[in-house]
Amino acid sequence: MFTKKKKEKKFTLVRKRVPFLFILPWIIGFVVFTLGPLAFSLIMSLFDWPIAGEAKFIGLDNFNKMFTADPQFYDSLVITLKFALIFVPLNLFVALVLALLITQPIKGIKIFRTIFYLPAVVSGVAVSIIWGWMFNSEYGVLNYILSLLGIEGPNWLIDPKWAIVTIVIASAWGVGSMMLIFYTDIKGIPHEMYEAASIDGAGPIRQFVSITIPTITPTILFNVITSVIAALQQLTLVLLLTGGGPLKSTYFYGLFVYNNAFKHHELGYASANAWFMFIIILLLTLLIFKSSSAWVFYEAEVKKEKKGGKRK
Amino acid sequence: MKITRKHKIIVYSILVLFSLYFLFPFIWALITALKSETEVFSFPPKFVPDVPLFSNFLDAWNSQPFGTYFKNSMIVTVLTTIGQLISCSLVAYGFARYDFKYKNILFILLLSTMMIPWDVTMIPLYMEFNMFGWINTLKPLIIPAFFGSAYNIFLLRQFLMNIPKDLENAARIDGANEFQIFYKIFLPIMKAPLTLIAVLNIILVWNDYLGPLIYLNDQTKYTMALGLASFQGVHELQIIPIMAMTLVMIIPPVIVFAFAQKYIVEGISGSIK
Repeated sequence: MFTKKKKEKKFTLVRKRVPFLFILPWIIGFVVFTLGPLAFSLIMSLFDWPIAGEAKFIGLDNFNKMFTADPQFYDSLVITLKFALIFVPLNLFVALVLALLITQPIKGIKIFRTIFYLPAVVSGVAVSIIWGWMFNSEYGVLNYILSLLGIEGPNWLIDPKWAIVTIVIASAWGVGSMMLIFYTDIKGIPHEMYEAASIDGAGPIRQFVSITIPTITPTILFNVITSVIAALQQLTLVLLLTGGGPLKSTYFYGLFVYNNAFKHHELGYASANAWFMFIIILLLTLLIFKSSSAWVFYEAEVKKEKKGGKRK
Repeated sequence: MKITRKHKIIVYSILVLFSLYFLFPFIWALITALKSETEVFSFPPKFVPDVPLFSNFLDAWNSQPFGTYFKNSMIVTVLTTIGQLISCSLVAYGFARYDFKYKNILFILLLSTMMIPWDVTMIPLYMEFNMFGWINTLKPLIIPAFFGSAYNIFLLRQFLMNIPKDLENAARIDGANEFQIFYKIFLPIMKAPLTLIAVLNIILVWNDYLGPLIYLNDQTKYTMALGLASFQGVHELQIIPIMAMTLVMIIPPVIVFAFAQKYIVEGISGSIK
């Protein structure tokens, strides 16, 4: 193994520049479309930067204003966190239930898999138009169906208490992509594990708790992180379904930043807002990762080591 | 696993209940699109229109420059897909098949760009594209794709890591140069993950609303997503043509998905392992 590595090293020494040629597109793109803008955004956050006219350096005033003088900042933050707190657990739970359902060995299950995934390929524009029409309080079919069941449906998009629920329901329509991630993971669990458990007298619930859940914890972690990030950045549905209303009850953080930039033309202030969200996302991700050592079992790592061993 | 009859009935009924949630909105959109003006605003709502008006689709299509929107969306989708395929395969190959200085740092950097919220780069990117003179053109939507995307690169790299190193060493001994090895040996084996990337990109770009919203202001430049949203914004009560065009907008990604379902299901399992 050692000599082989040496040989490989010789090969790569000769072609020292070649790998950089391969990754050059990404390096250019990273500098021009990510790093540059990122640095520029940080600089802008220290300026009073109108869309037309002179930019003025104001130090940390934007952050000061955000924390002390703009109640909308806190309102938007609270609404967004509230949304994430409802949306993330619900989405995970539904995705997991659906994934378990579509791994059942019964007839026609592939059709259901397709049906469940279908909304995930649909644009947010279409999602908001379709659900907006379903939720319509005058002609909406949803409240009609509810009335048939003897329930008086709320004024979904007009009532500030219910508007956030409509966003949750419409967002959860795209749960299919997460379902599919769980599905492929659950399908990868060797059948013998369940058989062995069965012989030992473990019922389906016991099997789920002791085999399925521990095996898929890395995937749960992955899904928690991606859905928290997605929830905190939700914008398309809010823009199109509720416009932030009624009474700013769905004025999510993403909309707050967007409007500060492109409606109120306070580019510096909006940059400060965006950086705050960036830091929140970084901290949350770090927190989730840190906590993960307590509940995530990395079977994949063990597997990889085994694979690597074989190759050597 | 033995499955009892009772178990089966329970599972099927749950499946059907969930299907209602996922499928009914589509069906309702179709029913609405085929209704007449009076039927659509009747209460209680009608579940079957007296005469399904398929002409609604043609009327809606002609009421706005949807042909132009559709064409613009096509241009953006096709060009970005080409861009992603070229750039991501090159970059992923570089990361997966070579050892070089700073490789790990660069790769971690690449992964961490996935966490940057869209809000942060939105404003400076707008100003940058404005400086390039790209605002109100399709360029800001297309050109960045030719520099790769972190997620796609990661996906391809995972795939390439699993191929034994002997493959290119044998070719090197035969005298092939580095680019030939990439082009002649590796590109053909990457067919499945490249298809997955193409599919994911088509769906993502076709559906994108925020990009076009920020960079385009002239109606002749609108994409389907932006055109449809602005149509709905102005003519909120013309629910029939809105629904018809919503369905038209949904069709391309659904078709792509129908053909590529296998790649999506298999590709996702490859990416997380």
